[in-house]
Amino acid sequence: MSQIGTEAHPLRVAVIGAGPTGFYAAEQLLGRKDLVVDVDMYDRLPTPYGLVRYGVAPDHQKIKSVTAVFDRTAAHPRFRFFGNVEYGRHLTLDDLTGHYHQLVFCTGAQTDRPLGVPGEDLAGSYPATEFVAWYNGHPDYTQHRFDLEQEVAAVVGVGNVAVDVARILLRSTDELARTDIADYALETLRESRVKEVHMLGRRGPAQAAFTNPEIQELAELPHADATALPDEVQLDELSQGVVERTRDHTTMKKVEILQGVAARAPQGKPRRLVLRFLVSPTELLGRNQHVHGMRLVRNRLEATSAGTLVARSTGEVEDLPAGLVFRSVGYRGVPLPGVPFNEKWGVILNDKGRVLDPETQEPRKGLYTAGWIKRGPSGVIGTNKPDAAETVANMRADLEQDLVLSPDHPQAEAVAALVRERQPHAFSYADWRTLNEIEVARGRAAGRPRVKFTRVEEMLAALGR
Amino acid sequence: MNIEHVLAQKGGQVYTARPDQTVREVLAQLAAHNIGALVVVDDRVRPLGIISERDIVRAAVRDEALFGRPVRQLMTRDLITAAPGDDLRVVAHTMTERRIRHLPVVVGDRLAGIVSIGDVVKAQRDQYEGEIDMLEARVATEHP
Repeated sequence: MSQIGTEAHPLRVAVIGAGPTGFYAAEQLLGRKDLVVDVDMYDRLPTPYGLVRYGVAPDHQKIKSVTAVFDRTAAHPRFRFFGNVEYGRHLTLDDLTGHYHQLVFCTGAQTDRPLGVPGEDLAGSYPATEFVAWYNGHPDYTQHRFDLEQEVAAVVGVGNVAVDVARILLRSTDELARTDIADYALETLRESRVKEVHMLGRRGPAQAAFTNPEIQELAELPHADATALPDEVQLDELSQGVVERTRDHTTMKKVEILQGVAARAPQGKPRRLVLRFLVSPTELLGRNQHVHGMRLVRNRLEATSAGTLVARSTGEVEDLPAGLVFRSVGYRGVPLPGVPFNEKWGVILNDKGRVLDPETQEPRKGLYTAGWIKRGPSGVIGTNKPDAAETVANMRADLEQDLVLSPDHPQAEAVAALVRERQPHAFSYADWRTLNEIEVARGRAAGRPRVKFTRVEEMLAALGR
Repeated sequence: MNIEHVLAQKGGQVYTARPDQTVREVLAQLAAHNIGALVVVDDRVRPLGIISERDIVRAAVRDEALFGRPVRQLMTRDLITAAPGDDLRVVAHTMTERRIRHLPVVVGDRLAGIVSIGDVVKAQRDQYEGEIDMLEARVATEHP
């Protein structure tokens, strides 16, 4: 049995990434009664919570209440937060392996998957994630500009991110003004001329990834009439078969909602949502380097040997005029310096959370991963809890085998001094609590959950630094 | 959740067999890697069939000379395969109903990985656990 993990020699762990997975991992590491663990959490942004702050939509505040759980973890006396400290920039892999017994990378999936069609980089065509980060006040995106002068927008994809983008475009400014949306985004959206949003799904209604509460909400917006084409929301025979075989009531309900939308008469609301299925863009059409539409091909469904349904082109095309395009067909992880990456799946090369050496396929001692950068983007926030638990269980098993790093400087103060030297503007959790109070107070005055700081300099100034 | 999210956390290595390898060699590989089946591939990594521990156990009962025979004589050729974007729920149903324990995953005509029923069940369990956790947290904040 290892000596590490005692009061005299605590197990020192660095968690890279302060999103939900980072907090779930920290919670499980700190929750062991029989083991003394120090957790230092790093994030390249000054603020914690990752996608809960910068991904979850501003009009979905209830989902953000999960941060109360994260705050409880952060209150543990052996937890420290170093915000505004970027792995690979302020601290290298060697720095961390010199100070910790174990590292766990929880950096999420930060880029969009490309559509892979000509014209996707035309002006006016944007990754949905950039729009999401922008309206949520992510410091890296405050300078982004989105051309909302266009009347018709197309959102490619039918996941919950696509639904968020469509909903934010279709909400009235009065509705958004009650949320914690970034102030600059609220001003831009106030001037928005977008009247019509088309959401495009490659497969049928039964295969759409959005969840029922999300699509129901989108279909009932106060200022937008939702429509769908009756023949596109019909349940084809193959989908009917799958839904019945798997007794998938959730999907049956989803199709019912969509058929209800198709049967509905417009109520004369100022904006319009058009839900489309069984169509794929084959090309974005440009004029003067700006997108002005897209060519769509109609698909039909085909069954695979595994019983799933895939989209096949029928060759039948149509052109959809749209001056604004958001691409939302999935996220992908970004490689981290010095950490083996699995290009095929866009994740850190790992076996159930243990980072592997690409040559030998054997675990790299002391290196672990959890969350979306481990398995790819899937599930809800809570899915990352069992995922992190699996990784932490393997960290624990390796510790029992003495398979941990032997850092030269295992003292908590040594790494804190190094961080101060490399990044004088690091943020502690106490700093965040102060910022949080100011944000909430600013919001209270305006009848909003909070008014976010969106620039790092602003945050520093608010702390008197 | 899709099949690719299961494959992404299983390392980069896919263990395979060649059709002319002997059953004895396959058994050694299954034991060495602690796995239950190997996909049999050609030299361009296109799947030709699959051979599982069950196939070997069943055949060994009636065939004393089994272990020296080439895999191609024993493997299942009628392959059911999945694609990375396939929905986990549907695949889980197919595996349960048809009593398949191992499913090769194919991109184009090349083998990209293999998922076991254990992988699929665990991924589904994690998904449901996560959803329940979120719902409980929400109820707790709304009705403290």
